[in-house]
Amino acid sequence: MSFAGPANFRVSAARALADEPLQRELARFSQGFQVRRVEAAGRLPEFEALRDRARDIKNHCLAHLDFYLERFEENCRAAGGEVHWCATAEDARQAILAICRRLGAKTMAKGKSMVSEEIGLNEFLAEEGVRAVETDLGEYILQLRGESPSHIVAPAIHVATEQWTEAFRAAHTDRPADRSLSDGSEIMAEARAVLREQFLGADVGLTGANFLIAETGSSVIFTNEGNGDLSQTLPRAHIVIAGIEKVIPTLEDLSVFMRVLPRSATGQELTVYTTLSTGPRRAGDLDGPEEYHVVLLDNGRADMLGGEFQDMLRCIRCAACMNACPVYRQIGGHAYGWVYPGPMGAVLTPGLRGVEEAGHLPNASTFCGKCEEVCPVRIPLPRMMRHWREREFARRLSPAKFRYGLGLWAFFAARPALYRPFASLAARVLGRGRPWKRLPLAGGWTGTRDFPASEGRSFMSLWRAGRRR
Amino acid sequence: MSAREAVLARIRAATGGDAGDAPERLAARPEGPRPARAGDDPVERFAAEARAAGSTVSGPVPPEDVPAAVAEWLVAENLPARLAASPDPALDRFPWSSRPLLTLERRRAEPEDRVALTPCFAGVAETGTLAMLSGPERPVTLNFLPEAHIALVSTRDLVGAYEDMWARMRAAGDTPRAVNLITGPSRSADIGQELRMGAHGPRKLHIVLVDDGRPGGSDVC
Repeated sequence: MSFAGPANFRVSAARALADEPLQRELARFSQGFQVRRVEAAGRLPEFEALRDRARDIKNHCLAHLDFYLERFEENCRAAGGEVHWCATAEDARQAILAICRRLGAKTMAKGKSMVSEEIGLNEFLAEEGVRAVETDLGEYILQLRGESPSHIVAPAIHVATEQWTEAFRAAHTDRPADRSLSDGSEIMAEARAVLREQFLGADVGLTGANFLIAETGSSVIFTNEGNGDLSQTLPRAHIVIAGIEKVIPTLEDLSVFMRVLPRSATGQELTVYTTLSTGPRRAGDLDGPEEYHVVLLDNGRADMLGGEFQDMLRCIRCAACMNACPVYRQIGGHAYGWVYPGPMGAVLTPGLRGVEEAGHLPNASTFCGKCEEVCPVRIPLPRMMRHWREREFARRLSPAKFRYGLGLWAFFAARPALYRPFASLAARVLGRGRPWKRLPLAGGWTGTRDFPASEGRSFMSLWRAGRRR
Repeated sequence: MSAREAVLARIRAATGGDAGDAPERLAARPEGPRPARAGDDPVERFAAEARAAGSTVSGPVPPEDVPAAVAEWLVAENLPARLAASPDPALDRFPWSSRPLLTLERRRAEPEDRVALTPCFAGVAETGTLAMLSGPERPVTLNFLPEAHIALVSTRDLVGAYEDMWARMRAAGDTPRAVNLITGPSRSADIGQELRMGAHGPRKLHIVLVDDGRPGGSDVC
């Protein structure tokens, strides 16, 4: 499950545009989630007020993050859970490995967790002799295909049905080779049977967390398949991995997110399984894990606090922004090169991995504003992409041609007496009326679209004429 | 410096580390906007939302008719009459002996079980959601392992909004180890972007509403 890296964005994006099977899947993906979100929001007149509330809760938590994390820790411990603070991805990997080693664990059943992708957990554990099995259907097919997720809610939207058949035939060799496996229902039945054995045989279970509740010390997951619940109920230990920004104060606050997250993500009124877990199995319980661990990961998040990117930490990972993004819908998630694609990735990835590596991502936007429009916690994504562009420019990370071109334009634009005669000359040379098919020094821009031609007289000359009248 | 101190120090460097009104807010537990629909007739709203989420709903039936309602559904779905049933004494009040073919095994679920039968702590009308609290008499596996789940919900345990359910849960005692909020049968749209029921949890969720009088009400009014 390797990532191409955000630095390869331009090449990866070009490849994605030329990838016909991917384009077929993206064309099908394009509408569904968006339409269902709009319908769900329409059924709930309070939706906009709830978004405001969700934003305000997150802002309050981020302003007092230390307080809420300590309350969470206190209450989690009181319920018998253990909290592991981790500053870096390596800290988190080691904390999880230490639990596995102490329990002599050889296998791990995993619910879907983007943070586990962020720390490269599966590859790391494999090297240490612990086999992690993804049990979310989408994550499972990716594991079989050796791929990374291309979407944070529906990780395998790029995989066509016939590719599932192919991968299952190759992996499940103990099943009859002549079995029928072309239909989605047959594929799902086989996955259900195969993964059952994994839940039942796993030594430890790992899930992510959509929220941590300070009041109760609980972790919460929002899922539809039930694999997260089986992963955390059947094995001996339940390990939760969560970013430090996931903590919210109370169950009343959770109610607000229960109303906005599923509607924004899949258009459901509520996810099928919304599960709160608080500590390990209790006296007399007939099932549940004997140990409960929460791995709290910073990994660059605290550095985003207090600055112009703090708002990004409100993100609840619903994926509404990528579902709405005209760029994501053309190139899919793999082109972004890391765990978090689309508009939220274009802001978060430079924050977590540095603008040197990920500076291309905030440039891949038309600034249409659709992402901000649908964001349940109203993150100003376009504004923050602009901040990254400014930083990239200030640090001379953008290509020389681009910087000199922009510098040249700025030189003229700041000097109207030079700019106006030059612009009117340029308009005359390039011709009026018909769109400009090629522009000197801007071949990249006109390579895929025309530049609208000058309409005739400039605004300034019309303004002057008007004033004279 | 431990990782804990390092992370907290980095946070405090950015935020100033002032708890402000957070302790009061944590104690006061202010609510956000409640959907107006949470004030609708709870039986009607609950049943409508549960059906919209893919559950099937029967009743409200009087308590003495619950065994018949369960047996009839099993026959209609061609499912066995042997049930993995919750040890919860809340099931004891129904006259199971009136349907001698029904076998209730009061225990946690095992992988080979086909049908689970459980009571519920509450039903939340705003989304047709079942609230299941874990405990020695309420194993979690019953909610997830069998391929069909029959849940009995008393009309008295229907509440309008999530907040009502939390208030009841707090009144009942400590936060349970697991709170399972269940809204419809298990599903996935991962294969070919087409939604199908029964990914890992139950393929079918059947809710029997038990008529115990006025929902959410007390004996007084």
